[in-house]
Formats: sequence, structure tokens, C-alpha cells
Amino acid sequence: MTIGLGHYLTVAAVLFTMGILGIFLNRKNVIVILMCVELMLLAVNINLVAFSVFQGNVVGQIFAMLVLTVAAAEAAIGLAILVVYFRNRGTIEVEDINAMKG
Amino acid sequence: MIVGLESWTLARPEIFLAAATALLLIYGVVRGEIATPFVSVATSAALLVTAALLFLPYREGPAFSSLFIVDRLTATMKVMVLVGSAIAILMSRAYFEQAKAWRFEYPILVALATLGMMLMISANDLMALYVGLELQSLALYVIASFQRDSIRSTEAGVKYFVLGSVASGMLLFGSSLIYGFCGGTAFVQISGALADGRATEIGVIIGLVFVVAGLAFKVSAVPFHMWTPDVYEGAPTPVTALFAVAPKIAALSLLVSVLMGPFKPLFAQWQQIIVVASVLSMALGAFAALRQQNIKRLMAYSSIGNVGYILLGVASGTEKGIQAVVFYLAIYLVMTLGVFATVLMMKRRNIMVEQVSDLAGLARSQPMMALGMLIFMFSLAGIPPLAGFWGKLYIFMAAVEAKLFIPAVLGVLASVVASYYYLRIVKVMYFDEPAEAIDRPAFGVNRVVALVAAFLIAVFSLVPQPLSVIAEAAARGLFP
Repeated sequence: MTIGLGHYLTVAAVLFTMGILGIFLNRKNVIVILMCVELMLLAVNINLVAFSVFQGNVVGQIFAMLVLTVAAAEAAIGLAILVVYFRNRGTIEVEDINAMKG
Repeated sequence: MIVGLESWTLARPEIFLAAATALLLIYGVVRGEIATPFVSVATSAALLVTAALLFLPYREGPAFSSLFIVDRLTATMKVMVLVGSAIAILMSRAYFEQAKAWRFEYPILVALATLGMMLMISANDLMALYVGLELQSLALYVIASFQRDSIRSTEAGVKYFVLGSVASGMLLFGSSLIYGFCGGTAFVQISGALADGRATEIGVIIGLVFVVAGLAFKVSAVPFHMWTPDVYEGAPTPVTALFAVAPKIAALSLLVSVLMGPFKPLFAQWQQIIVVASVLSMALGAFAALRQQNIKRLMAYSSIGNVGYILLGVASGTEKGIQAVVFYLAIYLVMTLGVFATVLMMKRRNIMVEQVSDLAGLARSQPMMALGMLIFMFSLAGIPPLAGFWGKLYIFMAAVEAKLFIPAVLGVLASVVASYYYLRIVKVMYFDEPAEAIDRPAFGVNRVVALVAAFLIAVFSLVPQPLSVIAEAAARGLFP
């Protein structure tokens, strides 16, 4: 069996869905949410690179590079915000993030 | 491909802002905390100079191999964003000084976020769109948690970051599908592929749905609004003022240029999505705000409702509709800055207060402040002949002309419900038993902003024509 574009897209879609489900079902720890965000971005990269290869068009690979860079910056900022939050609350449990409600 | 001088000329406002921000950052790092007042004023000045550069002289066209585009619409939107950010920086000083968080990084981060917004507004390619959007979002995540010793501010930062990243992920997933099924990321390639049938339409539509969901998140349209009340309430008040104006205007402008540009051929498909989001936002903005006691939270629901009206203008998809969107955004900018300038003046025994009940009897203790708030609230409620009324009128007229009768009727009904909570604030100020008096506001930026905003609303109420002429010129850029 040859592996075609459809297979790559399916893997990416499954990974992306796992990322989203992980964010909304996870009741434990904010770090897990950060990992799920990374998973979503990597799924997008699989999509971009697969499309790029199957179309013989290099734009997708450039886009993937940009996504990688931004993902690194995003992880850094996310962890930094988490550190300040932890200093104030002493916990990063998802269920404890509830100072405001309405 | 050689990037000609023409590209650099077209992008000179952005280049100027980037260079000025970098220099001010270096200055701030070298001088340390004492540099804060200067950096803050200089950043605001740089933002205003950038706005002036857009029109002196005005040039238009695509730049950098069509990654970037300048036309009347983008230039008008950029001016609004720049003015909003500059004023938000100036308004923040007193608040942050009192919170012991008056650091020079704040204006720098606002300027970087504004640069991201300008790139977003001018994006003419999915890659440029993504990079601009992330530059804006990453700076805003930090700003939301800027008061780093406050639980509420950092919690707002965490929430905004998590939900904002999900939105960026969805937008990106949609972009990858659109790229794959159209064979390119440039807006011209996308509209070309859609027009001549090269694109696999169903794949592009799925991609478009993801992109619209990501953008709906950034403009806080229902059903992607859940972060808004918490972030608006938790973030420091000057930051909330910024969030309510600049990123909203930028994201709405981006939504307009994406939907009316490359995805014009799919109008029938996206119109349904936008109409549903618009009606739901108007309804939620009206009903959920009814029982809010915190003014910042109330303004969050109010901004969700306002986004609903603006989306109705987008959904009409006509030149009139876009004109109404620009007109409404300009008035929304003035009203929102006015309200937040007033909220920033609300202190009792030198402590900031932000509950609706704290305003009780304000008309007796601080009549001028109460009068200003009265004008803003009447205008937000859309009481004729105030400016907010003209904004809503243009939107509903455009919607009716585009045969969106039911959404227009629902919008009018929602605005009737919404006027209840705006008028409740007026009632509390003028007819309730006075609470302990609010301090007399010191003379400062916030008083000037509130005065100018009230004055501008009065001017727009009496002579809305000049503003509508500007909006018309901006909208014509999209319909060559």
C-alpha cells in the first residue's frame, strides 16, 4: 500500500483533535494544556509539509518554519505566565483557576 | 525576487514603529526604572507619528511580493488602532503607579502589539496574517498579566493565553487546509483558485470555517466569547481599556479583509456563519450583562454585543455594510475610551473602585463625571440623536438593504434589552441614595480623555456626515 496525501491529512486531523480534546477534557494541570497546544501546532505542520510535498510547492515548508518559530515563542511566554501565576497562587491545578466567575 | 524601494516606502509607518520601539527598549534597559515616564510618553508619541506617516503622503498598493497591502480601508483602520493604543498608554500611568507596576516594559509591549495589529490589518497572505496575529497576541498575553503580584491579573493572563493559543491553532489548521486546497497562501492565489474552479471547494470551506472560528475568538464573538468577561475583569483597568479597543478593531478589520477579499466567491457560505455569530453575540451581550455588578465585566458583555452589531454589517457584504462597520468602529472607539477614562477616575479614599453600586449618587458628588458617564451610556444604548444611534442606524440600514430582515429585527430588539443596563447605570448615578462620595478626580490625562471623548460624541451626534464620508472612502477601497 502506498502512503498518499490522505493518510498524512488523517494523522494530522487526529493529532489536532487530540490536542483540542486534551485542552477541554483535561482537569488536572496547566502544563498538560501547554503540551496539547504544541500538539495542535505540530499537527498543522504535518498538514503543511504534506501538502507542500504533494504539490511540489515550497510555500508550505516556509510556513512550517514560521509556525515552529512562533510555537517556541508561545511556549516561552506561556511558561513565564504560568510561573508568575504559580508565585501568586501556589498551584497550577486547572480546577483552582477560578478567582473570577460569572 | 528583488524587493524594490516601493515596498519599503509603502511599509514605512510599520518600519518606523518597529525601529522606534527597539530604540526605546534599549533606552529603557540602559536607564532602568527611572526611564519609565519618558519611555511611556515617547511610545505614545511614536504611535501618533506612525499614524501621521500613514497619510503624509498617502500611498497605496501591494508590497513585498504581495505579502502586504495598503489601501484606504487598512490605512483608516490603522489610524484608529494607533490612536487607541497611544491613548491607552497615556491613561495607564496613574493606575500602574498606584499598583506599583509602573515599568517601562508596558508601553514597549503595547507598541509591539500595535505593530502586530498593523501587520494583521495589512496582511495579504495567510503567512503574513499569522505572523502579525501572533505578534499581537503574544504581546497581549504578557500585558494581561502585567500586574504580576495580583492573582486576578495573572489568572486573566493564564486564561487569555490558553484560549488564545487554541484560537491561533484553529486559525492555523484552517490556513493549512486552505493552502493545500488552493495551492498557495497569497490572497490573490486563493481568490484566483476559487474563481476558476481549481480549488477543491469543500476543503476550502472547511478551512474557512476554522479560520473564521479563530478570528471570531479574537473579536470575542459568540460562541467563542467565553474568555472575554474573565480577562476584562481580571486584567488591570488600563489594559482592559486597550483590549476593548485596539485588538478588536484590528481583528475586525482582518475579518473584513479576509472575507471580502479572497473568500468573496464563498460569500453564500460565510454569510450564514457570520449572521449566526452576529445574532448570538447581540443576544448574549444584551442578556448576560443585565445582572453584572462589576463595570469592567459589564463592559466586556457590552463589547460582545457591539461586536454582534458590527458583524451584522460585515454579513451584509455590501459597500454600505463595510462603510457602516468603519463608522461604528470609530464611534465605538471614542465611547469605550471615554467610559474607561471615567472608570479609571473612580477612586474612593484613593483606592480604585469598579462596582456599579460605587457610582450611587455620583451626580451629587461629582456632577461633571456623572454627566460624562451619562453621555457615554446614552450613546452606547443608542438613544437618538447621540453618536451610538447613528452607528446602529447605519448598520441596520445596510442589513435591511442586504435583505437580512430577521437578523436586523433581532438586533433592534437586542439593543432595546441592552439599553436597560446602560440606563441602570444612569439611574444609579442620578437617583440612588448617595454612597460614600467618590474622590474628586485629579486633573490628568484621564480627565482630558473623558472630556474629549464626550465632546467628540457631541460633535458626531450633531454632524455625523464628515465621519461617514471618511468611512465611505475607506469602504470604497474594497470595491474597486
